[in-house]
Amino acid sequence: MSDTQFDLIVVGGGPGGYVAAIRGAQLGMKVAVVESTHLGGICLNWGCIPTKALLKTSEINHLLHNLDQFGFAAKDISFDIAKLVKRSRGVANQLSSGVKHLLKKNKVTVFDGRGKLDGTAGGNRKVKVSDKDGKGIADLTAKNVILATGARARVLPGLEPDPKLVWTYREAMVPEEMPKKLLVIGSGAIGVEFASFYRNLGAEVTIVEMVDRILPVEDAEISAFVHKSFEKQGFKIWTSSTVKDVKRSAGSVTATIEGKGKSETITVDKVIVAAGIVGNVEDIGLEGTKVKVDRTHVVIDEHGFTGEPGVYAIGDLAGPPWLAHKASHEGVMVVEHIAGLKGVHPLDVNNIPGCTYCMPQVASVGLTEAKAKEQGYDVKVGRFPYIGNGKAIAMGETEGMIKTVFDGKTGALLGAHMVGADVTELIQGYAIGKTLETTEAELMATVFPHPTLSEMMHESVLDAYKRAIHF
Amino acid sequence: MPIEITMPALSPTMTEGTLAKWLKKEGDEVKAGDVIAEIETDKATMEVEAVDEGKLGKIVVQAGTEGVKVNEVIALLLEEGESAADLGSAKPAPKADAPKAEAPKTEASKTEAHKAEAPKAEAASAPNGDGAKAAGERVFATPLAKRLAAEANIDLKAVSGSGPHGRIVKADIEAAGSKPAAGKPAAPQAAPAPAAAGVPAPQVGALTKEKVQQLAGGIAYDFLPHTTMRKVIARRLTESKQTVPHFYLTVDCEIDELLKIRTELNAKGENFKLSVNDMIIRAAAIALRKVPEANASWSDEGALLWKSVDVAVAVAIEGGLITPIVKNADQKGLATISNEMKDLGARAKAGKLKPEEFQGGTFSISNLGMFGIKDFAAVINPPHGAILAVGAGEQRAVVKNGALAIATVMSCTLSVDHRVVDGAAGANFLKVFKKLIEEPLSMLL
Repeated sequence: MSDTQFDLIVVGGGPGGYVAAIRGAQLGMKVAVVESTHLGGICLNWGCIPTKALLKTSEINHLLHNLDQFGFAAKDISFDIAKLVKRSRGVANQLSSGVKHLLKKNKVTVFDGRGKLDGTAGGNRKVKVSDKDGKGIADLTAKNVILATGARARVLPGLEPDPKLVWTYREAMVPEEMPKKLLVIGSGAIGVEFASFYRNLGAEVTIVEMVDRILPVEDAEISAFVHKSFEKQGFKIWTSSTVKDVKRSAGSVTATIEGKGKSETITVDKVIVAAGIVGNVEDIGLEGTKVKVDRTHVVIDEHGFTGEPGVYAIGDLAGPPWLAHKASHEGVMVVEHIAGLKGVHPLDVNNIPGCTYCMPQVASVGLTEAKAKEQGYDVKVGRFPYIGNGKAIAMGETEGMIKTVFDGKTGALLGAHMVGADVTELIQGYAIGKTLETTEAELMATVFPHPTLSEMMHESVLDAYKRAIHF
Repeated sequence: MPIEITMPALSPTMTEGTLAKWLKKEGDEVKAGDVIAEIETDKATMEVEAVDEGKLGKIVVQAGTEGVKVNEVIALLLEEGESAADLGSAKPAPKADAPKAEAPKTEASKTEAHKAEAPKAEAASAPNGDGAKAAGERVFATPLAKRLAAEANIDLKAVSGSGPHGRIVKADIEAAGSKPAAGKPAAPQAAPAPAAAGVPAPQVGALTKEKVQQLAGGIAYDFLPHTTMRKVIARRLTESKQTVPHFYLTVDCEIDELLKIRTELNAKGENFKLSVNDMIIRAAAIALRKVPEANASWSDEGALLWKSVDVAVAVAIEGGLITPIVKNADQKGLATISNEMKDLGARAKAGKLKPEEFQGGTFSISNLGMFGIKDFAAVINPPHGAILAVGAGEQRAVVKNGALAIATVMSCTLSVDHRVVDGAAGANFLKVFKKLIEEPLSMLL
C-alpha cells in the first residue's frame, strides 16, 4: 500500500474519530485520521475537559466563601480570571498532545487538514485533504470512511456570536474579564454549566429557557430540584420564555425576556447562547452521494452506515445524544462492524449515561419516570435524599437526591436520576447494572460500602420496593 | 485443579449435540490425542480427542444424553498429582468462541486451559432461586433474562445467547418468546394451546406418544426414541412442506444409450466404476449450469442465483438419511464424481462425514430406482430451490414413429419451489437434462 492508501480513513479527530482510528489500528487496519484543527476535537479542546477545569476553580471559589461551616475563616479572597483560563487551556493542551501520542503509538497516520469525500476509485472511497485556504494537500483512498466531523453551536437570529458581547461556549471559555451581569440562553448541559461557573465566581446570572423547565432532557423531578437550588443560589430563571429585541451597545447588551405573560428588559455585560447544536455537514463531500441529512445530522442505520457504500458516520454528526462517550462507543462499534467481528451490538441509548457539572451536579441513565410511563411501563419509583446519608452530612453536602425507576413487572432497572455532590462519579454504578440487565434483586443484594454516597444508590432501590432503611 | 472438558463446537453453527458414547471410563489415563468420546450432531458422529494429559476424573454428562450445549462441561480431567478429592475445584477450559472449529477435533480445550480466566465459584444461583439448573449445567444469562424466561416459561437451555461469551440477554428471551412454536421443537415454549384449540396441532412437538396411541385406538407399540438426525429430518421437512410451495414436473428419459456407454466406459476404466446415478449427477449439474434459473434459492429479499453448482445426493443410512454434497459438480468429470460419491457414501454410512460435507448445496437428487420405484415426488431440502426424484430404469413399451417399440425408460420428477423457480424454468431444466441423459456422449464433453 502506498502512503495515501488506507483500509480506513476517519474524517475528524474528536473523541469519536480518534477512538475509532485506534480501534481500527488494533484490529490490524491501516488507518488515517484527517483533522483540521485539534486532535481530541471540541470535547478535549473546547468542551468537556476545559470546562471541567473551569468549574473546579469556581467550586473552590464557592467553598472559600463558605468556609465558616467547616470552622475556617479567610480574608481577602480573590482570583485572577486570566490565571483560571490559563490553567484550563493548559489542561486541554496536555490532553491534546496525549491524543497525538496515542495515535502515533498505534501507527495511525494523521493528516493536518480538512477531509472531504471525493468520489470513488476502483471500489475504494477517495478523500481529499485540503489546507485552510482550500488548497489540496493530499488525495487518500480507503475501502471505508468514517465521518466524525462533530457539531457546533446553533446560531440564533439576532444573536450571532461576537467575541465582545454575545458568546458561544467557545468565547465563554476564555473570558478576558469577569462579566458582572450575564444572560444565558438555553438551559441544557452547556448553558447551566457556564451559568454555574460564572455564578460561583460572583456574576449575576439570568437563565432563559424556551420549554417549561430547565435541563429539559432530565427527569422532571431533577429539573425542579436544580431549579430550586439555583434560585437559592441567586439565579434568575425564566422558563417557557424567549429573548427578544436584543440590542448591542458599547460594552453591554439590552434584551427583553418574554414569558408566562410577563416581560422584562434587562441589560447585561455578556450573553451566552447555548441553544443547541448543529451538525458539521457542510463541505465534507456529501453532495451527489446517498448520504442523507436530516436537520443537520447525517442519517445512519444501527451500525453507523449512511447508505453510501463504504461511508459511515458517528458521534455528534450522526445525531443525539451529543456526548463524547457516545461518539467513542459508536466509533468502536462501527469499526468492529466494518471488521466483521462477531457479536457487535448497536448502541442502546438507554444505557448511555449523561452528566452535567453544574452545582449541584446532575447525572442520569435510561428512561425518566415520565418516559417510562409513556412507554407503557407500570413503574416502581424509589427516591433517597442526601440529607439521609451519613457521608453526605459529613461532607457538608446535604443537597441532592437519587431517584430510580423500575419496571414493576420484571424488576428491570429502567432509569436512574441523580442530583447532588459527585453524582457524575456515581452514575456508572447504575450504568453497569443496566448494561448487565440487572433487576432490583441484584442491586438489593449488592453490598455498598459504608460510609459512602453510594449507599444512597442502594437505598433508592430499596425505596422503590418500600424497603428503604434510613429514611 | 482439574481441567474441565467441554462440549466442542464441531461446526460454526452447532449449538448442541448428543453425547453418543464414552470411549474412556472414569479413572482411565488419557493422553493428548486420545479419542475419549463420540458426539452425534445433526447428522454426523464425530470423535472428541483429549488435548491434555491426565486421568479422566469424572464423567459429568453420561453417554446418550441429548441436547448437550456447546461449551457445557462434559467431564473433568485430573492432572498429575491430583486425586478425586480435587474434583470440586475444577477450572473452566477456555471458551470455544473461535469459530474456526470446523475440524472434527475438540478445539474447545486447547492447551491454553492453564491460562483460563479466573475460575468462578460453583454456578451462582440467582438470588431468588430462579433459573435453577441441574448440577454441572451452567447456563449464562442476565438476571433480567432469567426472570423473563421464568415468567414466559421458556427453558433457558433451549435459548442461544447473543450477549458477550454467548450470554443470554433480554432480547434473546424476547426473540424466543415470539417465535412460532414449530421453530424450535426442543423448547417447551409459552403454551400454544389457545391457538391450537379445535385445530389438529400441526407441530411435531405437540404430539405426545400417549396422544398418538390414543388416536391409533390404544394399541400396543414398541417405542423408538428420536435420534438427533430424526429430529432434524422432521423439523426441516415439516418446515419445507409447510413453507415452500412445491409443484412437480415429471419427464420420461430413455436410457438405453446411457447404459451402453456406461458399460463401455467401465470396461475401459481401471480407476473407476460408473453408476447410473453418477451420470445423473453429471447431467443434472450440466443442466443447472445451462439453466441457472433452476440453480436458485429463495430469500425474503430476493432470489439467490448460485454461482456454483453443488449437488446434494440423498444417501440412506442407518436411522435415516443424509445428503453429502458433490461440490462444483458441473466442473467435474464422471470419474471424479463417481469416486467422490463412493467415498462420501461410504463415510456417510459410517457416520464420519464432516459438517461441511453435508451442510449446504444448491440442488438435491434422490434416487429410489434401486428399490424398483417407478416414480415419486421428493420434498425440497431447504434452502435448495428444487430436488430431482429419480425412479427405476425399466423396459417399457413406447411408441416411436407410429410403431410400438421397447425402450429402457427412467421417470424423473422435479419438485420445485415455486417462489423462486417457475414452471417454464423447471421444464427447461428437465428438457436439457433429458437431452443429456438420452444423448450421453454430449455429457462427456
